[in-house]
Amino acid sequence: MELMGVEPDRLHFSWISSAESTKFVNVVKEVTEKVKAIGPNNHFIKDTAKVA
Amino acid sequence: MVGYTEKIKEIAGRLLKECTVDMVVGFRKGTMPMMNEPCFATTPEAVDTLMWDSNCGINLANYLTNRKEKVAVIAKGCDSRNIVTHIIENKIKRDQVYIVGVPCTGMIDKRKITGMVAGEILEVSETENTIKVKTADAETLFEKTEVLQQNCSLCIHRNPVIHDEMVADMVQEQTDVDRYADIRKIEEMEPEDKWQFFDDLLSPCIRCYACRNACPLCYCPTCFVDEAKPQWVGKGQDPMDVRTFHFLRAYHCAGRCTDCGACERACPVGINMRLLTRKLEKDCQEQFGWEAGMSLDQRPALDVYQANDPGAFIK
Repeated sequence: MELMGVEPDRLHFSWISSAESTKFVNVVKEVTEKVKAIGPNNHFIKDTAKVA
Repeated sequence: MVGYTEKIKEIAGRLLKECTVDMVVGFRKGTMPMMNEPCFATTPEAVDTLMWDSNCGINLANYLTNRKEKVAVIAKGCDSRNIVTHIIENKIKRDQVYIVGVPCTGMIDKRKITGMVAGEILEVSETENTIKVKTADAETLFEKTEVLQQNCSLCIHRNPVIHDEMVADMVQEQTDVDRYADIRKIEEMEPEDKWQFFDDLLSPCIRCYACRNACPLCYCPTCFVDEAKPQWVGKGQDPMDVRTFHFLRAYHCAGRCTDCGACERACPVGINMRLLTRKLEKDCQEQFGWEAGMSLDQRPALDVYQANDPGAFIK
């Protein structure tokens, strides 16, 4: 994904157990912050087909 | 590789006469210069059409998938690695294939040659190190090394890794090859430039799927792009769909691709999609020390878990 041109901060991987609520909250906070910082992704958009 | 043809005919004739195999898969001359085509000989008389030169770039492992009969196959280094992959993936049994190994000095790039001469090419002939191209007006002599396919000039496994019989003595392997210089260049780009780079790279794609069809790894009964329920990816020319197809196809070849170059060779518009498969090859090499198709005894990188597998990207 990084090679394709997706910003490294846009994609996150994490392994959180169902018992780790604090970790979950922290990860969500961090992900949201980082994604907000790089702004909206304008690439993965497909225009709907235009009818002539 | 001059002189392999006679030896191949002799071996194929013998195998068929002695009924060691039911069929020999090799190459015959195509109807156009530099376009040899696969050939399936089932009788000793049919082996006369078999031949070998520097235009045998198609990967013959592609024709072994799910075969029931006993087959002999003429295999270069990359073909042999794909045969190993086939055996590991249970697409054919080892005792079903008789591998006639061909030490390879590289295949020539027909697109490169067409671009280097003016006018229609009427005939291409070769010696050990040179390629002679004849057009209506002129005859041009090329060094073979300057017209090799890119994957062949980067090749470090020219000799078959597995064989039952060899056509000739092993050739010397290339060393000191920097296989990933172009990949590193892309990796260093800014995200936006990367995106643009692949948009430009893939924009000529007409979604003919020749790359998939030429690939020995692509043997799924229904490919994800052909599936309609669910439809994974749009079938049109939308850049996002084209991108999805190429990246996903490359991912399906992760840890399996031997960089035989069949996909690029088959592409009618000359897209270098090997940039994608080679990035994955590079990652496999760096992170798991894995090279596809080198041994029958080792499970593929994506098939095994090891405690020291890199996991730094998981937070």
